[in-house]
Amino acid sequence: MQRLTADSVTLGYDQRVIAENLSVEIPDHSFTVIVGPNACGKSTLLRALSRMLKPSRGRVLLDGQSIHGLPAKKVAKTLGLLPQSSIAPEGITVGDLVARGRYPHQGLLRQWSPEDERVVQESMASTGVGELADRYVDELSGGQRQRVWIAMALAQQTPLLLLDEPTTYLDIQHQIDVLDLCAELHETQGRTLVAVLHDLNHAARYATHLIAMREGEVVAEGAPGEIVTAELVERVFGLRCQVIPDPETGTPLVVPAARVRGARGVEKTSSSAGPA
Amino acid sequence: MKATTTKETAHTAGPVRAVRTPGGYSFRMNVRAALVVLLLALVAAAAAVVLIGSGDFTMTPGEVLMTLFGHGTFQQEFIVTDLRLPRVLVGLLVGGALGAGGAVFQTISRNPLGSPDVLGFGQGATVGALTVIVLFQGGAAAVSAGAVIGGLVTGVAVYLLAWKRGVHGFRLVLVGIGAAAMLTAATQYLITKANLVDATRAVVWMTGSLDGRDWAQVWPLLIVCAVLLPLVYGHGPALRVMEMGDDAAYALGVRVERTRLLLMGSAVLLVAVATAAAGPITFVSLSAPQLARRLTRSTGPNLVAATFMGAALLLVADWIALDAFGDRQLPVGVVTGVLGGCYLVWLLVTERKAGRI
Repeated sequence: MQRLTADSVTLGYDQRVIAENLSVEIPDHSFTVIVGPNACGKSTLLRALSRMLKPSRGRVLLDGQSIHGLPAKKVAKTLGLLPQSSIAPEGITVGDLVARGRYPHQGLLRQWSPEDERVVQESMASTGVGELADRYVDELSGGQRQRVWIAMALAQQTPLLLLDEPTTYLDIQHQIDVLDLCAELHETQGRTLVAVLHDLNHAARYATHLIAMREGEVVAEGAPGEIVTAELVERVFGLRCQVIPDPETGTPLVVPAARVRGARGVEKTSSSAGPA
Repeated sequence: MKATTTKETAHTAGPVRAVRTPGGYSFRMNVRAALVVLLLALVAAAAAVVLIGSGDFTMTPGEVLMTLFGHGTFQQEFIVTDLRLPRVLVGLLVGGALGAGGAVFQTISRNPLGSPDVLGFGQGATVGALTVIVLFQGGAAAVSAGAVIGGLVTGVAVYLLAWKRGVHGFRLVLVGIGAAAMLTAATQYLITKANLVDATRAVVWMTGSLDGRDWAQVWPLLIVCAVLLPLVYGHGPALRVMEMGDDAAYALGVRVERTRLLLMGSAVLLVAVATAAAGPITFVSLSAPQLARRLTRSTGPNLVAATFMGAALLLVADWIALDAFGDRQLPVGVVTGVLGGCYLVWLLVTERKAGRI
């Protein structure tokens, strides 16, 4: 049995049901990526796995116990989350922000131990923001800021780390930078990572385990090399494409099909002005 | 007052933490925060001594201290312990309660304007007190009870109206400002309904003053502060984490909604009890947390520093009200109101320069 699983959960907000009877297992020590079109329920699933959203039916299990029944701080020592939107308090330094990741390990009588100090330094070093410790978070670039948030999540020292669209709003070079960092953390520190990503090619390149969702259901899961096919991409995203080996890594690379003139009604009208 | 100062400092920014991180960032900031608290405590204590010494029967600071330590004449003893000390203690406790309550609300709403006197809790207490004065012609104790109930009812109403899968900063501010406007209208209505005597009494109450406060006001305030301030300080670390957004706080193991409810409840009660004791004193809960933050230069709610800033501010304002205009004494609420207006203008200008509004 894996450490983090969702056992036939029904998820939704108020009356709106997003996913019904959904079961997912996150393989230990994997870099799992959840993909799917907008509104397929991938972020909702991540929120449920990170106990932000309580399933209306079914349970999310952490080490075999219902995650909602466990003490909040205890869960926070096992399972970390990098939310999509966090607010850096005004005038906070990088070091101070990363230090806040130690919260679940602290108490009223144990506010700042040498262990806290050591872990914060290590987290900043492994995300490459050690040099920035005294800088204000407001002054950093988007990519640097995301590294700082990841450092904070690392300082929490959780064997499981969930990331909700960690590359959104970043430039392409920063997206790759953040994903390289995630892959490195996964390989060197043996943490289990679960990320929601928008870009299927990023997912196919970095994931060791891929979960493809559509309309609240898991359509396929497994190693990207085994499951990413043109047929699957069409079924999940409704996109016709070719899947070729990535020249850099050999992982599947999705190349969307070129527009075929006259193949569809809309395109026919838009190209009708051109040469016949 | 001094003894509790050092204890509370140790509570949030313990010297242990400072010693264990040689050269670390936390070391520097916490020492500064502790020094700021110490400085504010000294300012408050000095203002207290000066205030006790001034009035028709003037006493030097030396005489005041002698008397406080039990070496005064019979007459001095009577004037200090029975007349002036309770007034000053009410001032310290009201200021502290407003400062702490303001820090809690500004952090929860993530807005420097999200203080209890903007969000309608002060106005709620006023409506409660005026209802007792105008409709029931109640005595002083009943008026205080009315103020506390008015503040708490407003707190519950604002919380419920702002609740949608949790209370979020912006909704809280909007709902609170709406509540404040309605309650101000209710206050006006109550005054127009009142006869002349009640109306005068209502207006005097609404100005906010420490005049004639005695031990009867000190005890309930002291008890509420003794219970709630440590409770609020104890949740300081959680509140610090909640600054980063609900998701981040939740991920770090804070029971966000429960903590927020507990802190909001405590802050509403602190503000309501303070308002019951001294009337609606504006500006302190709005500015004390911001001023404390600028002095400590540290992020986070700065709860302890805000408490002491509130206490020091209120006593200094009271001293200005009593002494600065010669024989013409002003109620302290007028002074804090004028200072508050200036502060608000300054805040708006700096926020505008920073491009935040």
